[in-house]
Amino acid sequence: MIWNEARECMSRDEMTAMQSARLVKLVNRVYHNVEFYRKKMQYLGIEPGDIKGIEDISKLPFTTKDDLRDNYPFGLLAVPHSEIVRVHASSGTTGKATVVSYTRKDIEVWQECVARVLAMCGVTREDKVQIAYGYGLFTGGLGLHYGVENLGAMAIPISTGNTKRLVTLMKDFEVTAIACTPSYLLHIAEMIQDEKIIDDIKLKVAICGAEPWTENMRNEIEKSLRINAHDIYGLSEVVGPGVAADCIHHKGLHVYEDHYYPEIVDADTLKPIPEGEVGELVFTTLTKEGMPLIRYRTKDLTSINYSLCECGRTLTRISRFKGRSDDMLIIRGVNVFPSQIEAALLEMGETKPHYLMIVDRVNNLDTLEILVEVEEKFFADEIKELESLTKRIAHTIHNAIGINAKVKLVEPKTLERSMGKSKRVIDKRNIE
Amino acid sequence: MFLKQLSVFIENREGRLERVSEALSNENINIIFLSLADTNEYGLLRMIVSNPEKAKEVLRNAGFSAILTDVVAVNLPHEVGKLKNMLGAISNNGINVEYMYSILSGMKSGALAIKTSDNEKTYKLLKENGFELLKSEQVYNEDN
Ligand SMILES: [Zn+2]
Repeated sequence: MIWNEARECMSRDEMTAMQSARLVKLVNRVYHNVEFYRKKMQYLGIEPGDIKGIEDISKLPFTTKDDLRDNYPFGLLAVPHSEIVRVHASSGTTGKATVVSYTRKDIEVWQECVARVLAMCGVTREDKVQIAYGYGLFTGGLGLHYGVENLGAMAIPISTGNTKRLVTLMKDFEVTAIACTPSYLLHIAEMIQDEKIIDDIKLKVAICGAEPWTENMRNEIEKSLRINAHDIYGLSEVVGPGVAADCIHHKGLHVYEDHYYPEIVDADTLKPIPEGEVGELVFTTLTKEGMPLIRYRTKDLTSINYSLCECGRTLTRISRFKGRSDDMLIIRGVNVFPSQIEAALLEMGETKPHYLMIVDRVNNLDTLEILVEVEEKFFADEIKELESLTKRIAHTIHNAIGINAKVKLVEPKTLERSMGKSKRVIDKRNIE
Repeated sequence: MFLKQLSVFIENREGRLERVSEALSNENINIIFLSLADTNEYGLLRMIVSNPEKAKEVLRNAGFSAILTDVVAVNLPHEVGKLKNMLGAISNNGINVEYMYSILSGMKSGALAIKTSDNEKTYKLLKENGFELLKSEQVYNEDN
């Protein structure tokens, strides 16, 4: 079902006109209300009047995560504090958190976008939705929660931390939809398998996000739980989950570009990149009031596709993420993304993607070690078979990334399995 | 006709073997024989236990990868050439021994657990050649 046909299926001309009008207003607002943007524009010699439409967007300066940190906590507000009804924050691994402030209207736009996602995934008022993201400063829990309520489905704020209770309630409440990270859903699927209760589970759809995953991971989730799994994208700086998501055709994620205008730029030169080529995703929040962002660099690498989708939506699509430019590891001069390792493991069809990459430097040479959990389904009681498994994994990974990795088998369930995002990389080269 | 052997994957790090025996003893399962095949990084623990099915569940619940494998148990008198004869009976028929280990040892004879590329055929061949094959109840009590 299409939640807001007027917006999701509008013609390109109508969309461009709407984006242009919104950008002009936005630029006026930030120029007059946010010192940070005014100074940046003055430095580049631009005045609000120079921005006449969406085609002028490339004249505007970029905004980075460092800019957000430098203006911690409320330096980028475009409205008085009294207009702010909520804040979220993402924990910085180093230094300050990134704080995002929302007006009442910002919350309304957000829940509208999440409702669009849910409707696109086939969720209706009849559904019971478990929200297995953390509630709190993280945008996942509350973001999905408001969207589910806005749609009119039943929101079950199960949060994370107690998988056993989650599975029990899933069965007892006859839960039909779940929102969580894909790795947590695999963990849930394992428990359902262990308890042999798949026939008692009524789940039909999952909306997964907050970490990159692969097509194979989707297939594995869909097969083991007998459901449809959708990809939801968002980032707290822009708003939270619900910036983009994929429809049943799974050919890219539709972006709610009437609110969040996407551009793809070369991560080094910052020049626009042609449709279809991979670059860094940049967002301008066309309608945000509390803390608008102009050309915010997400660090996420993807490509954009303006062709029409079979589902009838005219919204542009971004491809499944290649990885984050800041997740990217350079090992022996080669760009490596954890998602490539994941895809390689899943392609073997034998291992679930519970792995940990350990990058180190020995005698000035980068080393890559990959710990892989030995699952029962391919565990054999002969050393030679385990050795051949190790070799096959190393070979598949070599084919995927062009680097020799040392593969080490470890006991099941010993790698850190967090309820939120899973830890996949330890780069010892940085700890010195 | 076969013994049920319990195989467990363990990493070569402190306390893992202990964790296996602790999990089993908590459930009153007796480890009757044990053999460890290891590499630098991990080991395969092969055990004959008093209640294999239950032991497998216990270890799975404790987070280990555990499977049951059939092995042939043969009793050999302590006589020169007996082992050679037995291995000959197997290999002359194109069967490979994957592994074997000693499970019982007495004054007059000792028993071996053997896994081959074809357990069924191995069992038949050894029987035809007059070797004494052990039944599971001679080694462990299923009702335990
Ligand atoms: Zn579509």
